[in-house]
Amino acid sequence: MVEMNTSSLPDLIFTILFFFMMVTTMREVTLKVKFVVPQGTELEKLEKKSAVSFIYVGPPTDQLRAQMGSGTRIQLNDRYAEPKEVMDFVAAERQGMQNQAEQVISIKADKGTQMGYITDIKEVLRKSWALRINYSASRRN
Amino acid sequence: MAKKKKKMPGLNTSSTADISFMLLIFFLVTTSMDTDMGLARHLPQPPDPDQEDAQVDIKARNILYVRLNFEGQLWIEDETTRGYADIKELRQRVKEFVKNEQNYSKWPEKHVKILDHLGRCYVTDKHVISVQTDRGTPYDAYFQVQNELVAAYSELRNELAKEKFGREYQYLDDEIKDVIRKQYYPQNISEAEPKKYGGTK
Repeated sequence: MVEMNTSSLPDLIFTILFFFMMVTTMREVTLKVKFVVPQGTELEKLEKKSAVSFIYVGPPTDQLRAQMGSGTRIQLNDRYAEPKEVMDFVAAERQGMQNQAEQVISIKADKGTQMGYITDIKEVLRKSWALRINYSASRRN
Repeated sequence: MAKKKKKMPGLNTSSTADISFMLLIFFLVTTSMDTDMGLARHLPQPPDPDQEDAQVDIKARNILYVRLNFEGQLWIEDETTRGYADIKELRQRVKEFVKNEQNYSKWPEKHVKILDHLGRCYVTDKHVISVQTDRGTPYDAYFQVQNELVAAYSELRNELAKEKFGREYQYLDDEIKDVIRKQYYPQNISEAEPKKYGGTK
């Protein structure tokens, strides 16, 4: 009985692996807030991933709720932050960017967040001259 | 002496496939596909501290107020009508207001502008849509309003493109797009309280 030659199978799998490494991006932060983004129809894709920074807004995740309560929190990188800290965050993110003028801040906020938090963040973003923002959302059919 | 030809034993590579499969699965789990979408907006520039009176005076007829209260209820107000409205009405109201086809005296003023590619046009580029929210307004309500505003503008631009060029806005040349976007139908959405003068309160 002749066995099938499987010597090229690893190469094949490696090719798929490299493909996935190219088209996907690493999940940079562990989420400490949970959010369901709103749905919209006029959405644009976020291009130039390297110029995008994320701000997460929502209540703490289930595991952290016992410690942190269920009030709305703002997450920058890996920790909770106050709205005024957004300014330093924006400056730090901008440092590492090649094309600083194209910086986009994507706000990933929970549907039920009160606008007060968003308004505060927007006010700080304005002061830090990060004027291009993106309200993260999913497509509604 | 008869030398037996020794064959070099090959490395057993049958498990390489499994190893790379594991790597593949690891990457699939830890990465996310490029499907981040959202509503792109531009914030206004920060106020200049040297400038004392940064308030912009706008004629009452040019302003359309879109207010959201702490329960997320929508209130639309212009010179003609005011009252609570459903989010589904917003798009049509904004389109009628910005277009002001009949040059109605209580909707934004029209004036002549000579534009590249389009020629002599009557535009309402002085209109302002003022979005006001309460600190307690749910983010979802605000987002839906923004979404409808963007939709209204893109429908207006599309209609203009079809009327003048017989094509959809997205298929026009970038140069023409720029004229339509910046000069014919600019998005004047204000989220600060503008002062008004003239007209009746």
